Amino acid sequence: MSAEPTSAERLAVDALLGPPSPSGDGEPSQPAERRVAFGGYRRSVESRHMLLPALHAVNDAIGWVSAGALNYICERLLVPPAEAYGVAGFYALLSMEERPARVAHVCDDVACRTMGGAEILECLGGRPDVHPSPCLGQCDQAPAVFFQRAGEGDTVLVGATCDRVTEVLEGGSVGEVRPVVPQAGDPSLRLLKRIGTVDPNSLKDYRDTGGYQALARAVEMGPDRVIAEIKASDLRGRGGAAFPMGIKWEAVARSPALPHYLICNADESEPGTFKDRAIMEADPFAVVESMTIAGLAIGAERGYLYIRAEYPLAQSRLQNAIDRSRAEGLLGADVAGSGRTFEIEIRRGGGAYICGEETALMESIEGKRGEPRNKPPFPTQVGLFGRPTVINNVETLINVLDIVLEGGAAFAEIGTGESTGPKLFCLAGAVARPGLYEVEFGRTLAELIDLAGGVTGTGRIGAVMLGGAAGVFVGEDYLDMPLTFEDARARGATLGSGVILVFDDRTDFPDITRRIAQFFRDESCGQCVPCRVGTVRQEELLARHRGGEPLDEDLFEEVARVMMDASICGLGHTASTAIRSVIDLGLLERSRG
Amino acid sequence: MFGVGGGTCSYEEIETTDVILLWGSNAREAHPIFFHHLMKGVRSGARLYTIDPRHTTSAMWADVWLGLEVGSDIALANTVAREIITSGLQHEEFIRHSTTGFEAYAESVEPWTLQRGAEVTGLPPEVIRRMAHDYATAEQAQICWTLGITEHHNATDNVLALINLALLTGHVGRYGSGLVPIRGQNNVQGGGDMGALPNRLPGFQEIEDPVSRGKFEALWGRSVPDRPGKHLSLMLEAMEHGEITALYVIGENPAQSEARSDHARHLLRGLDFMVVQDIFMTRTAELADVVLPAAAGWAETDGTVTSSERRVQRVRKALDPPGDARDDLHIISALAERMGRGWGYPTAEEVWDELRSLSPNHAGMSYRRLAEAGGLQWPCTDEDDPGTLFLHGDLWDDPLPRDPAPFFPTPWAPPVDELSEDYPIRLTTGRRLDSYNTGVQSGGYSSPLRTSVAVEVAPADAAALGVAEGDLVRVVSRRGSVEAPLMIDRSLRRGLAFMAVHDPDAVDVNLLTIDAWDPKSGTAEFKATAVRIDPLRKDAGRRSELRPVANYRA
Amino acid sequence: MAEVTLAVDGTTVTVPGGSTILDACRALDNDQPTLCYLDNLTPVNVCRVCVVEVEGNRTLVPSCSRPAEEGMEVATDSDRVRHSRKMVYEFLASSVELDLVDEETVAWMDRYGCDPDRYGPPADPSGDRDQRKAGHHRIGPGTAAETVHQPVKVDNELYVRDYSRCILCYKCVEACGEDAQNTFAIAVAGRGFDARISTEFDTGLTDSACVFCGNCIGVCPTGALMFRSEYELRQAGMWEEEGQTVTRTICSYCGVGCNLDLHVQDNRIVKVTSPMDHSVTSGHLCIKGRFGYEYVQEVGDLAVTPIDEILRRARIDDRGPRRHPEPRA
Repeated sequence: MSAEPTSAERLAVDALLGPPSPSGDGEPSQPAERRVAFGGYRRSVESRHMLLPALHAVNDAIGWVSAGALNYICERLLVPPAEAYGVAGFYALLSMEERPARVAHVCDDVACRTMGGAEILECLGGRPDVHPSPCLGQCDQAPAVFFQRAGEGDTVLVGATCDRVTEVLEGGSVGEVRPVVPQAGDPSLRLLKRIGTVDPNSLKDYRDTGGYQALARAVEMGPDRVIAEIKASDLRGRGGAAFPMGIKWEAVARSPALPHYLICNADESEPGTFKDRAIMEADPFAVVESMTIAGLAIGAERGYLYIRAEYPLAQSRLQNAIDRSRAEGLLGADVAGSGRTFEIEIRRGGGAYICGEETALMESIEGKRGEPRNKPPFPTQVGLFGRPTVINNVETLINVLDIVLEGGAAFAEIGTGESTGPKLFCLAGAVARPGLYEVEFGRTLAELIDLAGGVTGTGRIGAVMLGGAAGVFVGEDYLDMPLTFEDARARGATLGSGVILVFDDRTDFPDITRRIAQFFRDESCGQCVPCRVGTVRQEELLARHRGGEPLDEDLFEEVARVMMDASICGLGHTASTAIRSVIDLGLLERSRG
Repeated sequence: MFGVGGGTCSYEEIETTDVILLWGSNAREAHPIFFHHLMKGVRSGARLYTIDPRHTTSAMWADVWLGLEVGSDIALANTVAREIITSGLQHEEFIRHSTTGFEAYAESVEPWTLQRGAEVTGLPPEVIRRMAHDYATAEQAQICWTLGITEHHNATDNVLALINLALLTGHVGRYGSGLVPIRGQNNVQGGGDMGALPNRLPGFQEIEDPVSRGKFEALWGRSVPDRPGKHLSLMLEAMEHGEITALYVIGENPAQSEARSDHARHLLRGLDFMVVQDIFMTRTAELADVVLPAAAGWAETDGTVTSSERRVQRVRKALDPPGDARDDLHIISALAERMGRGWGYPTAEEVWDELRSLSPNHAGMSYRRLAEAGGLQWPCTDEDDPGTLFLHGDLWDDPLPRDPAPFFPTPWAPPVDELSEDYPIRLTTGRRLDSYNTGVQSGGYSSPLRTSVAVEVAPADAAALGVAEGDLVRVVSRRGSVEAPLMIDRSLRRGLAFMAVHDPDAVDVNLLTIDAWDPKSGTAEFKATAVRIDPLRKDAGRRSELRPVANYRA
Repeated sequence: MAEVTLAVDGTTVTVPGGSTILDACRALDNDQPTLCYLDNLTPVNVCRVCVVEVEGNRTLVPSCSRPAEEGMEVATDSDRVRHSRKMVYEFLASSVELDLVDEETVAWMDRYGCDPDRYGPPADPSGDRDQRKAGHHRIGPGTAAETVHQPVKVDNELYVRDYSRCILCYKCVEACGEDAQNTFAIAVAGRGFDARISTEFDTGLTDSACVFCGNCIGVCPTGALMFRSEYELRQAGMWEEEGQTVTRTICSYCGVGCNLDLHVQDNRIVKVTSPMDHSVTSGHLCIKGRFGYEYVQEVGDLAVTPIDEILRRARIDDRGPRRHPEPRA
């Protein structure tokens, strides 16, 4: 449709893409004497990846994306408007309708809803500038609210109240959120050792505390030895799938197809999870250093860090760390004297849980809807832009620093058989000291809950959600379970992303499960039938139950089975597991009584 | 080409070629399904150059668009040739083995330095150079063209200039490389195949060749004239001189489709006798003494047509024609009967089988095989012949089993209708996606895309004229004038105007065009008219009728 | 590529390298259901109705796009496969109008014992599907099954879009986009159950990039996209597919030589399609080939048939000037 951009919209796009050039560009600037044009289809392919950043640029500056702004972006990037509209509408944080300059997204997900999130929504519900939100990754300081502020940058409020939210919506300011690390300063910490003790914006502080020694060592060792050490460490992915990292790295390093890409998956969106945010906010140089080591090892010259939009502080800290590292030759054309090039670019999500799925994340970077790809082929074969790609989660990556410095064998000594190294756990809910905890693999669930000060509320555990909304609820009989990949697997549980969300026995579990069903229905990308319709039917079944009807468990099971068997990606595969575990624990019926 | 009038490639080859020069063609709108094949090529990595004065919807997809001056195609081709030769990129072995006349050709392009080429075409020299090198060094490359090449006073030279480039680089006679004229009408190729050319018998057999003629004479029991007849432009000339006084028009609308159409109508009116056989009461039919209502060839009769990839395909009767309309074949047979030659009323298949017995290129194409194979590409010389994917493969055979392909030096001449102070704007004409020629067929359906015919100009020209979109203007050429609304088209550069040809009842563009025509093909120079634009009346309210809304359309 | 040998339901089959499991099944005449798959489009493997069980795979795999591998053991009729297929069909039938799908699909649904009614009565239609926002939905009582129902879109003379019948197979998007037409007038918008096929900002087709080639209609498996002619005749109860003839001929416009299948009812062309398996068109046409036939049945007022009366309804909202100098009879 025809619509012209305003000058402010143009400026926002041009600030990102640069001024339009007469012949190498779309339509905007056409001198009367133009006789050549370059690019065409090829340029539309090459520029497509800038679509989401361009949409963000307008959404950030103006607060929403008008038809005129969309058209202008499309002209600049040679993207068809229908496609751009389809991409924009995929992301919950991009608005295609005019809205107030400040908008609050109030978390009412599993952790925040019982801690005040639901009440805030109740008291502010109906305001056009207040929306419910899925988990914002601030579960240890619930309830959390994410603010989009046109022209001012986004921010997060924790420990929110109705009054504070109103105040901020009306122009009030928000202070900086600090990650909660109850163990801060403990000398035995590996992953959290700098958190709360060094200035996250200072490269000097980072270096003074051992930073960038691993990169220097990795440059000395060369890619083959680095990969050998990673393999020897038996480090497994911390994002949920627990895949051995060294195998991915080796596969990409050896692939003849060029270029290779590295992606750091910082789209931490699993409800109950906040570990990667804490690292990125408090030790951003560690993320940059780890990515650089990975990039050199796998032969990539470019790494993308894909971070969820709800983490504005982490994003600015990381950008600072990237800029300072580049300024000192630790990124760029000759990384730390290695003669090799490596650059890191931050890409921001747009409010879509599914983009934490590795292939959906790649689609998102490529400027498309975050729809997961069918696998195989796997990212190590056909990844970002169709090239061999290593994608690792933040927590997984920073383990690389110790592996390089101490050797893979030493690292493998930490933890248990299949579960080597340290592990982060996100404790929240009904515990005395919610926050981020680091332990060696092998500690039991009870030990972790004790570490967090024990159960609060009634003092009695109703259930513990392990691994997030895609994980499972377990009862007290799991307190003795060592938190390792192998033990979790053996007992039909999962560590997932390291969530330990404790609910006391007065919890309204039907409400929690219905919220989880709502979450998956909201976050399903809609691509495949089992998940697109299954998440709706699942929510309907639970809503009917909440309305007083008995749950049709057979039908629920049939719905769950097709999602698990026939969906394209992990979202559909796991959309029922947590709910089913609540049913299995008898918590749905017990609570109703 | 080299004695055979057909494109050398099949559509499928463009899907895997490396370099495509789309020259004087807006295939995206004029040949959309060919463009599907072309886009598959682009998506598989082919580099696309579009050569067109307008930045068309085809050019939008191009790696490089070269917006040359209207009518400077030969200058560009010759410059490309010289650049290839001076860079030593010509295919020496192919030239030596398979061509003649290279020396003279090389000499003829020698003056066409990048600098001179740039001056004449208006293109930056480095862009010409890039195209030359890309084309010459490609593994496979094709040149595709349509009416932007052939609707000029020097149409044949334009085509030869492109053929020369293929010979220079060996980009012909191999899979994926070739010369691809895409035909404007569904059976232009078939008309040529069937001998509807002044100098040919069916199957592209020379009328002046007594052996060819002999076959036909033997079968028909009549002598066949031994000299070429007249093409359309010559016929009009002959009418002017009183040499032709009677005319039988089948399925053409010269009263509206010819350049300088008022003059053409004047000539048609001056005939002693005219018969028009058509499916419509066209403007030409209105001038006729006798009108023979005909069935629509593609839906109401059986027969064959030939496509731009030399594919002969069956048309079939799906509908009964309305009223008294009759199949062309029936009408001609009935006429023959009235003239005392009772050859009966053969079926389309019987006529086709006779053709197969006379044209070796079509001999293998029985109706049965055409149906089974979804069409066959000539040459198809017997019933075991699968047909021919691409032509002139034998140029690469050693020893050469045929005459070598000749280079023809092609001197450049600017458009006949010169720009001047009084006529400062270059008007070019063409098709739109949803419409076709004079609109007799395409006017029959409701197209949401259809817009009023307007004169389209660059924003800078509109500003200089002080007119807004929708205003009525008068477009004046040395031959006539028309009134039309003005539309602003950002794909045009200053000094270039465009008009579609589809609605002569509303805006008779061919009152403006020049009837200077190519002596060899008889095609008039529809593509280059000198005009001026005079503002008439403010009427910006009409804007909505003119402009398709989307800015990404096509 | 080397050949691969695999077993499908216990029968060994050898297929060329690069073949899919579906190819292997077809080589054995072991037909599999498909909805989003079409030979002339890139597989998107989203409908999941063709899923099969492959030994060693945790989840089922889409046979339409999964390459056959040496030694693979494939089951096309296991409990898991039957269950998933039944559920996919039920999910679709409980949320989408499927009364115009082909007989083959109906037969598959019968075979798997689909019972779409067990999700409850269909929820009331909603008029806001085009405005729904990602990540938010209205939470109902769950007593009725939500559907994709929305009003029919009739915004031009040539097509009708009835997205209540849309199963989101992506075929129209592919045909409009990179698999054929390269126009990109439509794309998937929204997310999750609210995902839908849309132009930018849900603008009407005449305001979009649409060039009315009809290639989206040519690939639509559910009648969600329909020629206006067929739609009007159906509305009038006059669409008689059994009485129609289909004749293959060549387009009367440019020189590309596109094959047309003319669907004729009572001596009137009521629809034009193109064969999928022909090398020139692969089933795709342009606006002229698809719709430019009307001039042959411009017969003047005296010879008007009941079909003509109905077809003329489509022209009430005619925008552009139609030119047909004279009727033919």
